[in-house]
Amino acid sequence: MSETGRVRGVIVGHGQMPQGLVDAVRRIAGDAAQALEAVSNDGKGPDLLRSDVDAAAGEGPAIVFVDLQTGSCGAAAAYACRGAERRAVICGVNLPMLLDFVFHRELALDALVTRLVESGRAAIKAAPLAR
Amino acid sequence: MPIVLYRVDERLVHGQVVIGWGSQLHPDRYVVVDDDLSQSQWEQDLYRLGAGGAEVVFSGCTEARGRLAEWRDAPQRTILLTRDVATMSRLAEGGALNGESIVLGGVHPAPGRREALTYVHLTEKEMADLAVIAAAGADVFGGDLPDSQRVDLDHLRRRWNSSN
Repeated sequence: MSETGRVRGVIVGHGQMPQGLVDAVRRIAGDAAQALEAVSNDGKGPDLLRSDVDAAAGEGPAIVFVDLQTGSCGAAAAYACRGAERRAVICGVNLPMLLDFVFHRELALDALVTRLVESGRAAIKAAPLAR
Repeated sequence: MPIVLYRVDERLVHGQVVIGWGSQLHPDRYVVVDDDLSQSQWEQDLYRLGAGGAEVVFSGCTEARGRLAEWRDAPQRTILLTRDVATMSRLAEGGALNGESIVLGGVHPAPGRREALTYVHLTEKEMADLAVIAAAGADVFGGDLPDSQRVDLDHLRRRWNSSN
């Protein structure tokens, strides 16, 4: 399928977490991880982080996945996506959400955001353990 | 209750401040002194998300100088933040921060800045401003988190000088 119109993903977070998530998606989903780009806040001030997120999101539709809503990463994502109709921000990124993302990038942005928030939440649960 | 922390940090209300410092200092209120942010409701709302339930007050620098005594005398435990040295320097004019401790946190690389610490980068003007603040009676030091090693201004300046 052509890349045209498909949603790209940018993961912005603390330290090595963004690249670690991309690596994890690659190990599970292979080349589908190419839809994701990692942006670390390491050593970056707010302006540089914001411009890196903006550049990674590119011209097409994009979702910026953030580890923490509050703080420098969440702020950079909010600044980079403010007023941009073809960008969205999802906070509290996790691996199940990203795996769902890479296989459903053809969805409309709004529908995809709704889906990913639900799939990310649904993946958080206590495991049943034999006692 | 005195203001429990004065901090220069470009990221203002963020994890290191709210979780790192906040978990030890238990602030009731953050005062963000910044002329631009004091005029931007959208950005204020964004920063309030990160305050963990504490009150967040945004103030221009001139207003803040007039309210320092009020904040110091109030019962709330307050952390005062600026995102640059210049604003802290203006706040400190006339000895207004005499006897206070000012912590330098996230001041990141930018054109004209040299590294003093991995998390503090300063221009010559900023280094000179810090010297003025210290000469006016404030204790200026580097410290990203409360448990990390305190780096005094003299040491910080030597490292900055050697990073030419």
